[in-house]
Amino acid sequence: MKDGFITTKLNAVLGWGRKFSLFHYPFITACCGMEYMSTACAHYDFDRFGMGWTRFTPRQSDMLLVCGTITQKEAPVLRTVYEQMTEPKWVVAFGACAVSGGIYDNYAVVQGIDEIIPVDVYIPGCPPRPETVLDTLIKLQEKIQKEGHEWRFNKKKT
Amino acid sequence: MAIQQKKDVIDGLKAKFGTQILNVSEQFGDEIVSIAPEALFDVAGFLYAKPYECTMLLDLTCVDYLGDKLRFEMVYHFFSMVRNHRLRVKARLPEKSPKIQSLTPLWKNANWLEREVYDMFGVTFDGHPYMRRLFMYEEFEGHPLRKDYPLRKRQPKIRMRKSE
Repeated sequence: MKDGFITTKLNAVLGWGRKFSLFHYPFITACCGMEYMSTACAHYDFDRFGMGWTRFTPRQSDMLLVCGTITQKEAPVLRTVYEQMTEPKWVVAFGACAVSGGIYDNYAVVQGIDEIIPVDVYIPGCPPRPETVLDTLIKLQEKIQKEGHEWRFNKKKT
Repeated sequence: MAIQQKKDVIDGLKAKFGTQILNVSEQFGDEIVSIAPEALFDVAGFLYAKPYECTMLLDLTCVDYLGDKLRFEMVYHFFSMVRNHRLRVKARLPEKSPKIQSLTPLWKNANWLEREVYDMFGVTFDGHPYMRRLFMYEEFEGHPLRKDYPLRKRQPKIRMRKSE
């Protein structure tokens, strides 16, 4: 064979494709949104890592960024947004409030969004530095790369 | 001039309502009038009408004095733009089923302010057009700004609402 060839596994190809084509939906409720914006814009620019496409509809996105405090009254909205997203989907809890409720240990605030929806990566900080966000999102890419993507085929079998 | 006008209001209230005015005091240059809760609507109407013209309800809130017999204290801030003076009216309510007249017929903004007080303190307002919680959701148990509401109390999880 003159030009050579590459061998790989289907899982690795799917993971590689998915990790560099993350469309995200920013669910911004508080000041963490400013950090999200600075990470997304030219100074830090997470489009460099292949996750910069912002979709303002959950139906087209596969990464949910929950930036900010989620109140009890808002929880059903977040849950609905999560359920509207198409598979495969990943969730990032962005900042102390989304991770654990943060300083708001009171009657009105959900103590961490993992009470409502499953979370893949947690970003600590109040609010987190853009470097932290970039690091976390790269970690999420690693996770997607390693993930098994055969769930679709398994679904068909059953 | 302004001091004279303040005196006018107090004198007018005392002349009209007599024993229902329980106490008059002053703090930071503004008069505080304590009244019997039954007289609230009449007092407010009296202040709203000429010559006092308190056309603006600046704020309406509640204070919880846990342990007192008359536990809740309603606080009303009135402002007259014509005469440029403020007046604070207070009324104490009992712990068991606190209830007071609604001021919505006179000031439209009393609607949401009273709903907030109902939400946070559980005071009900007679004659209010839409007595529902303002901030918390319908299934919320208790009134969170009461002093005996536990700091870390967690509410029971509710079902997802189905969209109509």
